[in-house]
Amino acid sequence: MTVRLTHLQRLEAESIHILRETVAETERPVMLYSIGKDSAVMLHLAKKAFYPAPPPFPLLHVDTTWKFRAMYALREKAARDAGMELLVWQNPDAKAAGINPFDHGSAVHTDLWKTQGLKQALDHHGFDAAFGGARRDEEKSRAKERVFSFRDHNHRWDPKAQRPELWRLYNARANRGESMRVFPISNWTELDIWQYIHQENIEIVDLYLSAPRPVVEHGGLLIMVDDERFPLDGRVPEMKSVRFRTLGCYPLSGAVESNATTLPEVIQEMLLTTTSERQGRAIDHDQAASMEKKKQEGYF
Amino acid sequence: MSFTPDPLIAGDITAYLAGQAAKSLLRVITCGSVDDGKSTLIGRLLYDSKQIFDDQLSALEADSKRVGTQGQAIDFALLVDGLAAEREQGITIDVAYRFFATDKAKFIIADCPGHEQYTRNMVTGASTADAAIVLVDARKGVLTQTRRHSYLARLIGIRHVVLAVNKMDLVGFDQAVFDTIVADYRAFAAEIGIEDVATVPISGLGGDNITTLSAQTPWYSGPTLLGWLEAVEVATEADQGRPFRLPVQWVNRPNLDFRGFAGTIASGHVAPGDAVRILPSGRTTSIARIVTLDGDRDSAVAGEAVTLTLADEVDCSRGSVIVAASDPPQVADQFEATLVWMADEALLPGRSYLLKLGTQTVAATVQTPKYQINVNTLEHVATKTLELNAIGVVPLTTAAPLVFEPYADSRELGGFILIDRQSNATVGAGMINFALRRSQNIHLQATDVTREAHAGLKNQRAAVLWLTGLSGAGKSTIANLVEKRLHRMNRHTFLLDGDNVRHGLNKDLGFTDADRIENIRRVGEVARLMADAGLIVITAFISPFRAERQMVRDMMAPGEFWEIHVDTPLAEAEARDVKGLYKKARAGELKNFTGIDSPYEAPEAPEMRIDTTAMSAEDAARMIVERLIG
Repeated sequence: MTVRLTHLQRLEAESIHILRETVAETERPVMLYSIGKDSAVMLHLAKKAFYPAPPPFPLLHVDTTWKFRAMYALREKAARDAGMELLVWQNPDAKAAGINPFDHGSAVHTDLWKTQGLKQALDHHGFDAAFGGARRDEEKSRAKERVFSFRDHNHRWDPKAQRPELWRLYNARANRGESMRVFPISNWTELDIWQYIHQENIEIVDLYLSAPRPVVEHGGLLIMVDDERFPLDGRVPEMKSVRFRTLGCYPLSGAVESNATTLPEVIQEMLLTTTSERQGRAIDHDQAASMEKKKQEGYF
Repeated sequence: MSFTPDPLIAGDITAYLAGQAAKSLLRVITCGSVDDGKSTLIGRLLYDSKQIFDDQLSALEADSKRVGTQGQAIDFALLVDGLAAEREQGITIDVAYRFFATDKAKFIIADCPGHEQYTRNMVTGASTADAAIVLVDARKGVLTQTRRHSYLARLIGIRHVVLAVNKMDLVGFDQAVFDTIVADYRAFAAEIGIEDVATVPISGLGGDNITTLSAQTPWYSGPTLLGWLEAVEVATEADQGRPFRLPVQWVNRPNLDFRGFAGTIASGHVAPGDAVRILPSGRTTSIARIVTLDGDRDSAVAGEAVTLTLADEVDCSRGSVIVAASDPPQVADQFEATLVWMADEALLPGRSYLLKLGTQTVAATVQTPKYQINVNTLEHVATKTLELNAIGVVPLTTAAPLVFEPYADSRELGGFILIDRQSNATVGAGMINFALRRSQNIHLQATDVTREAHAGLKNQRAAVLWLTGLSGAGKSTIANLVEKRLHRMNRHTFLLDGDNVRHGLNKDLGFTDADRIENIRRVGEVARLMADAGLIVITAFISPFRAERQMVRDMMAPGEFWEIHVDTPLAEAEARDVKGLYKKARAGELKNFTGIDSPYEAPEAPEMRIDTTAMSAEDAARMIVERLIG
């Protein structure tokens, strides 16, 4: 009798296959862990792929020092629960220069803390493969990126020199100094992610669920005042029932007003909403094709 | 054209989610030439299934006015033309993956148009597809490109094809036009062996017969395009009916008490207690457990990623294949395969590439193609190589036996990629047609006097001292001194010199890349026979390519091959110019001269490196002998 695998079962199997292939074919893999919902799913898949062993690689958080406090709390717990080593990297140059999104803008902030920070961390630890939780449905240039994305010794992505990927045959080979970015959840959509979190009961930061939170209008977005570093300039934070569709640096993450306090309600709102999830992200609005540019410079 | 969400979403989200959990997943490829409206169709599918949000829509409206081709109307093609470079040029150049879902299924669409890169892109996109949408323009009918796309879909083994006759609005939704194109296409499809063809008249621009049946085509009674897609059988479901195969990806060994074999089931199903055979070793055992994070399973089927434990301790590692004991696949090392070339640099017959099939990676060489297939006319054309985007039928030899199945039976155990050993680029994709009989009929004859016995009688260990370097670097001089020293020490040696071999064994070879490769292959084989006889073999060949030196290294026992880089800078070798060859090469009288108009790829990690600007040939010979004898 034929068993019909559901779309989530097939996506899960594909992701597990990719995770195992990377571990088998590279010397020093690492999982980039950003504490968001996509990272949570990727980490959960890694636990499944290597059970009963813990995932045989460390987690790496490229920290900007500007994440939500709730994210830092979950970061430690998630690594502990998975039995994995957690590495945290903060770009020393950005730290010394006191780079922050308020004084320097999102472009400089993101480039120094995230793009440069990531490259430094990978070089410092000598990782030859890094798992990332990017999905092809997020953004146009992602739609064409491979699952195994080859990067030269400067971490650059060349969209015209990508390796063809056929069947389930991934080519993870690289010479010394070159590396792979591997995207196990390339073929998942935002809805798949939420459904899977719901089905598997995966722990996520509660910022994804609605609650009364102190927010101010800032640069056209509704920003939560998460700590005293926020320059209020006389503005008084207002308590609003909000949640976040994507999480990053708190000053760059736009909240949406919502009453969805449970996962099914979040999914319900998502299905009824009319804006895409990246809209709440400041960095994509910088310029047309900004993600493609960033990726060529070494961004994830 | 507004989208109405399922009322259940607002009404009872939990019930809705329970229903969504049972969706299937279908992978589809769209084929069509540049003006057939492929991007528009995909944009339309995304739009009609509400994968386009308001912010994307407003961006799209702005883009449409700026660079669109539809005047003030929305240009759906802009939704899917991803990269900035492509948007500027107005063409899509690479495979892109798109996602949309209906209430019954989630779809992954591989969108792979393009001009000269078409074959490579389409084969890539098709390799994972369950179904193909072949688009034709109703005004143009079945074109050469349509035939080419259909042939490629057939080649890659897509079982379900739908012919979507697009732009029906531009021919007044005329049934006669549709019927003529369908008849044309069916005749062609039957000729190339596509059995299951569905046909739908559509308009991507107007949305006719895409998600809802159009009032414009009352004469059409079949399903909508989406309706047809939702009903297609997924390829892995068909694979469940075949014998069990699991290529081992990774051995899970968290502690001494657990040894699990992780991999994705390629075909069939498995349950604890099933008798299995481990290939290539051939040992039999049975399945003990199917282990998952959520507890042990009673069974698993094709397409699932599992971890198995076995009842007995048997030799099984990455690259092994666990198979049904009663119905194992074949093992062979010579094949006929259909090969699609995907690199700018043409196929070099005789060169050693890496071949990856399932979880097996082995060295492989492709011989001169039997023929190339003209994808437009399907004619067989004689050829010596395969250029980018060429498809040919080739004989292929692997350095170690492969567990395989013909591609027609199994994509997982019949499809392979070829990888360049220097750049690590994926240069080709192949499909095994069958194992060549000669590999089954020629068995290695076991001999009683072993290679160790041969060497033992001579009181030595066999070795191959492989001197590589530019012409005039001093290889032959050093090799000669090394042999003299070893001879004085009563060692049994033989010196193979490049120039001498080219007077005899290899006098039929010239200096093209292909001939250089064959030159080294033959010398490697001779060196291997001599090493088998227990000799210390010294060779002096420019051997400019890393891939071939690696190939020779792979022929020898571990530790037997000594790569010795006689490192002389080009300027120095040219200044010496003992044979006057550099002068000729500079004058253009000598073609393909290493260092001048043919590359030398220096060894990256040689066993020894001789800097001839810092030591004499005598010192170099002494150093080599000391290292060898110890």
